Amino acid sequence: MSEADNLAVSCRDVQKHFGEGETRVQALRGVEFFARFGELSFLVGPSGCGKTTLISVIAGLLDRSGGDLSVLGVEIDELTPSERILFRRKNVGFLFQQYNLLPAFTAAENVAVPLLIAGTLRQEALDRARSLLSQLGLSQRTEALPSQLSGGQQQRVALARALVHQPRLVICDEPTAALDHASGEAVMDLLAGNAVHSDRAVIVVTHDTRVFHYAQSIAHMDDGRISKVTSGPIAEAHA
Amino acid sequence: MNFVALRMLTGDRSKYFGLVFAIAFCTFLLENQTSIFANIMRRTASQILDVTDAEVWVMDPKTEYWDQTKALKDTDLTRVRSVPGVAWAVRLFKGNPVAKTLSGKFAVSLLIGLDDATLSGAPRKMLLGSWQRLSEPDSVVLDQAGYVLLFPGEPLELGRILEMNDHRVTVVGISDASAPFLSAPVMHTRYSEAVNFLGRERTQLSFVIARPLPGTTPDELAARIEAATSLRARTTQQFIWDCIRYYLKNTGIPVNFGITILVALVVGTVVAGQTFYLFTVENLKQFGTLKAMGVTNPRLMGMILLQAASVAALGFAIGTGMAATFFEITLRSLATRGIVLMWQSAAITFACILFVAVVTSVLSIRRVLVLEPAEVFR
Repeated sequence: MSEADNLAVSCRDVQKHFGEGETRVQALRGVEFFARFGELSFLVGPSGCGKTTLISVIAGLLDRSGGDLSVLGVEIDELTPSERILFRRKNVGFLFQQYNLLPAFTAAENVAVPLLIAGTLRQEALDRARSLLSQLGLSQRTEALPSQLSGGQQQRVALARALVHQPRLVICDEPTAALDHASGEAVMDLLAGNAVHSDRAVIVVTHDTRVFHYAQSIAHMDDGRISKVTSGPIAEAHA
Repeated sequence: MNFVALRMLTGDRSKYFGLVFAIAFCTFLLENQTSIFANIMRRTASQILDVTDAEVWVMDPKTEYWDQTKALKDTDLTRVRSVPGVAWAVRLFKGNPVAKTLSGKFAVSLLIGLDDATLSGAPRKMLLGSWQRLSEPDSVVLDQAGYVLLFPGEPLELGRILEMNDHRVTVVGISDASAPFLSAPVMHTRYSEAVNFLGRERTQLSFVIARPLPGTTPDELAARIEAATSLRARTTQQFIWDCIRYYLKNTGIPVNFGITILVALVVGTVVAGQTFYLFTVENLKQFGTLKAMGVTNPRLMGMILLQAASVAALGFAIGTGMAATFFEITLRSLATRGIVLMWQSAAITFACILFVAVVTSVLSIRRVLVLEPAEVFR
């Protein structure tokens, strides 16, 4: 497999601005970012440097203002808005800082949502959700509501929801920011153990230096640009 | 996704019940007030409705409604009978004598005097006795509510004695007459008796009631009578609406009920609409998450419409149930007898609730459609 074939995400000179005239804000200033299949790619940097904007552009949630973007071999620009939604539904899983679980749904129902969106029958979706929750150590909590779960458990449910439809790209936004160290480690262990796959790329936006050792590559972002990329034995580099 | 929409809706029980109750309360108030209003208006024409024999009513040209009568000349009856197309025409008296019991209890009554020979216009719904006994001398048929008013706490019984204008009369029947606009006892007797139960005037004929020959419609007959006699002739339906219109135009009843209905409509719809709108706004994060996960805008619209429709349907059903229960209970009271939940009220209320649901859904959908899915990362 060539280097290009192994790229899940390829951003070249990606630009993004908000507003016009005096209110114009340049959020991304020619970003060069690559995420490979089978890797945990970290995106780190100070608040306001453009990390969230970049993952929103990669996920197809925001349109970029310029540059080239290829996600899973598809030029996002070539897709119509409805094709883009279908592409995201099928290929992208999300893990949010605040979990974003639906409060009225049980853990299993929350995990089943991506399958229901894709049209899977309810019972089948719930069965698959329960099975995945068991893999993530939550077999006893499948019928609990989010409010009945700890932060770490909620993030594990959110992780199951991000993976249940077997997406080829998982985007995680500060997955450990709301968790204590032990819970954060546990979630990252599960992420590294369950999400990383030869046919899947995982992008993690984080401030949390305690979890940098899970990364195969770390892209440092500053003021709308990638300032440095660290690859290889990350744990040693950031120890 | 219907499952997702409904679970989102019912997940927060307090908000869900608040929404349903707001719509149920609005439905109850609207159906209750509009039905009571319509039924009270119908009461203004109760005695016209009860005279099932008549299809055309002839009266003084200046008469506007049932309670306003100016006596016709006795010869007017003959003039009406001579109009082509009249199958029969008989006289009808209406007066308001004071009826007194032997114990001294008295009440201003509504007395209807029927044609002596035919007893046309006699009450057909009898609870005790028979209207045919009106042919006996000094006899009246009294309605149940009037009986209860004049003989409180006593069982329904024939043979009771009443005094009217120094005449002693016997109750030979108890009818289930429709409630009049004012809660007066309704009595039926023969025309020749009725004129004696009230102070004598030079002329006594209140109405001539008539029925057309086969092949002639009541409208045609009324027009012919007016042309031939210069008297006012109205079909039963026209006369009913004359009465209702008179009260609408000349009393404060519509204003009073109108304000209540308006308040119910505004408070109910604003509360229900605002609650549902806030429900959507508070769930924007959830909708944003679903959007990010690949739910399309049309599907989100469908989810919101389903939520609004289910809340509206449940609230309307509960509110209609409450209104029906209310009327079922009050129907048994003599004072409120005949006041029922009208299907027209339910239909109008349903239209109002539907309107609120649609408007609120549109406002909510607008918020969701403009929502950037990237907001989920904020």
